[in-house]
Amino acid sequence: MKQGLYTIAENAPVCANVFRMRLEGDVSAITRPGQFVNIRLEGRFLRRPISVYDWDDSSFTIIYKILGGGTEQMSSFAPGKELDILTGLGNGFSADGAGEAPLLLGGGVGTPPLYALAKELISRGLSVTAVLGFNTREDVFGEKEFSELGVRTIIATADGSCGVRGFVTDAMEGLEYSSFFACGPEPMLRAVFRASKTSGQLSFEERMGCGFGACMGCTCKTITGYKRICRDGPVLRKEEIAWDD
Amino acid sequence: MGRLNVTLCGIELDNPVIPASGTFGYGHEFAELYDINILGTFSFKGTTRDPRFGNPTPRIAEAESGMLNAVGLQNPGVDAVIAEELPKLGKVFHKPVMANVSGFSVEEYTEVCARLDREDRVGWLEVNVSCPNVHGGGMSFGTDPELAARVTAAVKSVTKKPVIMKLSPNVTDIVSVARACEDAGADALSLINTLMAMRIDLKTRRPILANVTGGLSGPAIFPVALRMVYQVARAVKIPVVGIGGVSSAEQVIEMMLAGAVAVEVGAANLTDPWASEKIIRALPETMDRYGIGELRDIIGGAL
Repeated sequence: MKQGLYTIAENAPVCANVFRMRLEGDVSAITRPGQFVNIRLEGRFLRRPISVYDWDDSSFTIIYKILGGGTEQMSSFAPGKELDILTGLGNGFSADGAGEAPLLLGGGVGTPPLYALAKELISRGLSVTAVLGFNTREDVFGEKEFSELGVRTIIATADGSCGVRGFVTDAMEGLEYSSFFACGPEPMLRAVFRASKTSGQLSFEERMGCGFGACMGCTCKTITGYKRICRDGPVLRKEEIAWDD
Repeated sequence: MGRLNVTLCGIELDNPVIPASGTFGYGHEFAELYDINILGTFSFKGTTRDPRFGNPTPRIAEAESGMLNAVGLQNPGVDAVIAEELPKLGKVFHKPVMANVSGFSVEEYTEVCARLDREDRVGWLEVNVSCPNVHGGGMSFGTDPELAARVTAAVKSVTKKPVIMKLSPNVTDIVSVARACEDAGADALSLINTLMAMRIDLKTRRPILANVTGGLSGPAIFPVALRMVYQVARAVKIPVVGIGGVSSAEQVIEMMLAGAVAVEVGAANLTDPWASEKIIRALPETMDRYGIGELRDIIGGAL
């Protein structure tokens, strides 16, 4: 983990209420896809944890949805503004053991962390399929970006206005895959957990206090003991997940 | 002795800054970030007899200038703390640590304190009779002067280490609880724990916290904490440790002027992991600005 000041290089809408922000600064703490950053905002006590979409030698990119006052504030920031950010948080996905044909399953703003993962899997010469699920056509983003990496990209919308009608689990049916990686709202993760036929990794979301493992604000129960979503997660292996019902 | 040194119950501290229980784990997350030996000491995560998962999530909510938590005393239990956490801590922290103890009965407080009494790494026992997030324990002992006195006396009977009773602000008269603890033999008092609070999500129309209520901490509570430290310091002869919303060297000094011999830093560690270190480094310059030579000379200066 590193704390630093990062300069906004771009902050532009991707689709309805969803923004892409690229930030320049020290990215040395970001080591794996699926990690997140924690952003301090003026006038807000708690930082905003947001997953990393992609990064290079001198900048990283996040894709965030306006869900409350904090993200709304972020959407108003102009390039050039500096933000106090903790980077390199969380365990992230592990590409090892993905097999020949990994399947990526993203729901809404759960899709961004799968992008950097897709890049890594493709660079390993694997045959990658991604199912990106949204509510409706206006919410869809990422199809072009994933496709351009060489990922077979399938879009699903709940209302059928774009791609496969239904949830990502509907689009999963009939697909052959060696392992899966999922990120999205908890109902989606539960459905994927049940529908999946292989081992996999699932990235979870929780309200956090610190984001680096100190406050115990985001603990969940797993087969292998209590885990802090922020530090021991956000990615859990399918085999260790214990749903709390 | 240096300019920043203070003495808490006979143990000298290099400076009065102490990360508060529940915001610093057992030290490891922070030891990866800076040399935590710069601290006066720190108060480790509230420890109970048995391992506890704590409350369901969400456990965290935000507030104007602060946060609510309802963690509910998640901890691995005193056996694991002694067998695993303390030896691990010994590798990165070479000062006496403050052991924070919680319980659900007088017997549990006594048992946990008796176990920790045998640990050389423990300097003080901070007995939490003020956790607002558990039912049938914690705060129920700290809101009744008679019960607080019973816990104090029972704990004192099993340890030679200094006993610091951590008090709740969720009372009508904190001075009466403070006096009851002093009369029962407490060596010091620390205050305040968090203020009971809640938030409601407008979208779901339900409380944000799964526990419904949680404890408010952060800058929002500093003036309340300062007032209570002042009231208690005026009423008792034993040392008082000030806690509540402290996030700057100036506020450390303010707490000390109100009567605190040492100051705990809580929520600030969560939003800035280096907060305690920064406060310590800022103290000398801040003291210069206000014409303070030795920090210990200003304790109770405003009383």
